[in-house]
Amino acid sequence: MSTRIFGSGIKRREDPRLITGEARYTDDIKLPGVLHMAVVRSPYAHANIVSIDSSAAQAMEGVVAVYTSEDIGDGLAGLPTAWLIPDSDLKTPEHPALAKGKVRYVGDGVAIVLADDRYRAQDAADAVVVEYEELPAVIDPEEAAGEGAPLIHDDVEGNIAFRWVMGDREASDAVFDAADVVVSERILQQRLLPTAMEPRSAMAQYNAATEELTLWCTSQNPHIHRFIISAVTGLNENKVRVIAPEVGGGFGSKIPCYPDEALVSWAAIKLGLPVKWTETRSENYLITIHGRDHVQHVEMAAGNDGALLGVRATVYAGMGGYLSTAAPGIPTILHGLLYVGPYTMGSVFCESIGVMTNGTPTDAYRGAGRPEATFLLERMVDNVARAIDMDPAELRRKNLIPAFEDGHEVATTLVYDSGDYPVAFEKALDMAGYGDFREQQAAARAESRYLGIGVTAYTEMCGLGPSQVAGAVGFQGGLWESATVRVTPTGKVQALIGASPHGQGSETTLAQIIADELGFPVDDIEVIHGDTTETPMGWGTYGSRTTPVTGAALAQASRKLKDKARVLAAHLMEANVDDIEYADGSFSVKGSPDQAQSIQDVALMAHLAWNMPEGMDPGFEESQFYDPPNFVYPFGTHIAIVEVDAETGVIDLQRYIAVDDCGPQINPEIVAGQIHGGVVQGIAQALCEGVIYDENGQLLTGTMQDYCMPKADMFPNFELGETVTPSPHHPVGVKGVGETGTIASTPTVYNAVLDALAPLGVQQIDMPLTSAKVWSAIQDARS
Amino acid sequence: MQVAITVNGVLHERDVDPRTLLVHFLREELDLTGTKIGCDTSQCGACTVHLDGKVLKSCTLLAVQADGAEITTIEGLAENGQHHPMQTAFWENHGLQCGYCTPGMIMASAAFVRDNPGASEGEIRHYLEGNICRCTGYHNIVKAVKQVADAAAGS
Ligand code: FES
Ligand code: FES
Repeated sequence: MSTRIFGSGIKRREDPRLITGEARYTDDIKLPGVLHMAVVRSPYAHANIVSIDSSAAQAMEGVVAVYTSEDIGDGLAGLPTAWLIPDSDLKTPEHPALAKGKVRYVGDGVAIVLADDRYRAQDAADAVVVEYEELPAVIDPEEAAGEGAPLIHDDVEGNIAFRWVMGDREASDAVFDAADVVVSERILQQRLLPTAMEPRSAMAQYNAATEELTLWCTSQNPHIHRFIISAVTGLNENKVRVIAPEVGGGFGSKIPCYPDEALVSWAAIKLGLPVKWTETRSENYLITIHGRDHVQHVEMAAGNDGALLGVRATVYAGMGGYLSTAAPGIPTILHGLLYVGPYTMGSVFCESIGVMTNGTPTDAYRGAGRPEATFLLERMVDNVARAIDMDPAELRRKNLIPAFEDGHEVATTLVYDSGDYPVAFEKALDMAGYGDFREQQAAARAESRYLGIGVTAYTEMCGLGPSQVAGAVGFQGGLWESATVRVTPTGKVQALIGASPHGQGSETTLAQIIADELGFPVDDIEVIHGDTTETPMGWGTYGSRTTPVTGAALAQASRKLKDKARVLAAHLMEANVDDIEYADGSFSVKGSPDQAQSIQDVALMAHLAWNMPEGMDPGFEESQFYDPPNFVYPFGTHIAIVEVDAETGVIDLQRYIAVDDCGPQINPEIVAGQIHGGVVQGIAQALCEGVIYDENGQLLTGTMQDYCMPKADMFPNFELGETVTPSPHHPVGVKGVGETGTIASTPTVYNAVLDALAPLGVQQIDMPLTSAKVWSAIQDARS
Repeated sequence: MQVAITVNGVLHERDVDPRTLLVHFLREELDLTGTKIGCDTSQCGACTVHLDGKVLKSCTLLAVQADGAEITTIEGLAENGQHHPMQTAFWENHGLQCGYCTPGMIMASAAFVRDNPGASEGEIRHYLEGNICRCTGYHNIVKAVKQVADAAAGS
């Protein structure tokens, strides 16, 4: 029997450097003679640039240079959009690194200042005089797509960047026309600020003799950054080295390649000196991508017996002033394809309209399209329950897809890999004591206390994804991962991966996979990532894909090594390969257990190559490119219990139960951490987070003082449960778990609050459910 | 302006621009980059250090105001090569993910528990309001701090 490290909640390998302050994030790295870059940013959401006068700034102490887009000329190409949705009449307006003639959101870069010190660079940026001619601005995506809205890009007619249709309108009409019940709602998926705690930062250094550029930056995908920086600077890709050192969270906001990374690169080449830029939090809120921003018109059709028949939506998705790197894929592919959820629903239709606005560009934010889908689905299921007077848990139970082990095709054309939704559902209901709760709720209501419960059943698509599918849906890259398992002569392991974790604990989780496959002690395995020169190609860490995709590559590379080790061990012990037994990192000959070769012995002998079998190459290292045959589909059920104070509108979140199934858990503590963090982000969307712009496009939630970040005292301890349904197509059966919390928790808490408010006649409130809004809704319902 | 500040037991005498924030002094002048910057409105607590034993957000003070003070940063928390119990508890309880809030969290929690041994979960959650974490959902941070608080009450 072998001992498995897989499944054990060991402490993280990452932590010693993090708890002592020894870890080096981008802004912590110092280079001698570095110049600091500050960016002059537009104070207007929409304006023509009349003139720029940098003479005063140029003359200031410590200032080395001030540049505008005119100075850059064709030195930098525009930033590309890398998800080109087919059949959507997609427009990709130019996105210059510095604005050319016109600014399109507050924070749009107009000029850069390079100085010998951070403070001086900012002083000089403040001294650049820019004259603007202000234009009318538009923020709401539905309004921006309407008649008479200000035109943001001359080449994007009506501000409509794309129009993507999923499903058949007539077939949907037929289902809806024949249905007993149709419910509808206008849902606002408010803009959110991803707020990775580490602000973005970039530092570039250029060696003119070798023509090599090194860029340290806060990236979730350094190989994609290399690709884009090479494209915009014109440097050959093999002359660009991108290093994502320690990265302090991303949640999607460190996927895109932004103007700032391009600008430090250009300035470093131009000046021959290293250049660093680090955003402030206020700058982060203005210029780093925002998430969500949908106006959705949603309908659901059902039978009086509670059969869910169909869902459809028209979605206006705000893209902001420019189309960010992956933006078009978020409200389309990653959204509409989730419309069936875990239900046996036969009809789906989605029309998603990507609209340019004068807001900050939007892009992937934790869950990216899938929370927006799950929310609308779960919201509508509760509305159906209310319309036909059926308990919402009972309604869900009736419609869950029965268990399946190896593929289930749904109306959106996705083939779910595996699932047992009813088991997770009943487990969550049990943990919550659902039946008793309804009685307590009735008793509390009799005393004018308003308790509510929200139940969300979900599944989601992650572990992105087969490259062929990526290509078919216009993603300008592959979605495979590669990894190398390299064993040194003394039997220590370096695992080199193309993905780029930034807080997920992958150095630990992935080491556990290798330890389990090859029998090396987990402490002898280092996982190396983040440097394009040291690591093999990979597409990055997002979409809950590193454990499923990189993990598979590592498992398969390890298996290749093990096959080699088995043959070499047999040769060394002069035995037949078929007689070799393996357990816990040791190879022995069947029937003579005293004769054994450890994996370390074999590694050494492979390096020495003194005595190799015929045809075997020396060395002990294997690489694997892994392209997943399908996505993975984690699932589960979340339940929230709240009490609302009808006099103040204050919501007390009393319990939160999450039952998730991400297949076998490699490190249950790390899995739990992902769920805790995701759940808090999702709950915060329901209860407090939301971007507010004024009618001129000024960001009113521009600091942490104004934007409600979730704090420790808003939450109870979470109650987690699990079920285990392996993915049939994955070498170790695992599914992703990075986004499930965010996907499931927003509707769970929202529906709990609306359930509490039901006896007061409140039917809908736009998120976030702040006490002021809840209180007003109660007053309105009473009057 | 001349300042003399003792950091992690070492006296540093420097000439600083009077407007230099203490956090920038630590990070840029002394290269003690364990202390982080997560906001510009003194909300996040990533920059938390101890000044003369008290918890301080080092982005809220000028270096010149710290003249003559004794400061401890995350780099100076361990003693004799041993992690501080709060560091150990964060590690054991998976109280961190990306690690960016962690130095500030540990510095704030270490001082809190020193002054409030046996603090309840509610008190811990309330106290941690001044430290923001985007990754962990606070669950395991609270667990880590509670473990140290319980141990402190028992001793
Ligand atoms: S950096 Fe000091 S509180 Fe945020
Ligand atoms: S661990 Fe990432 S912000 Fe707290």
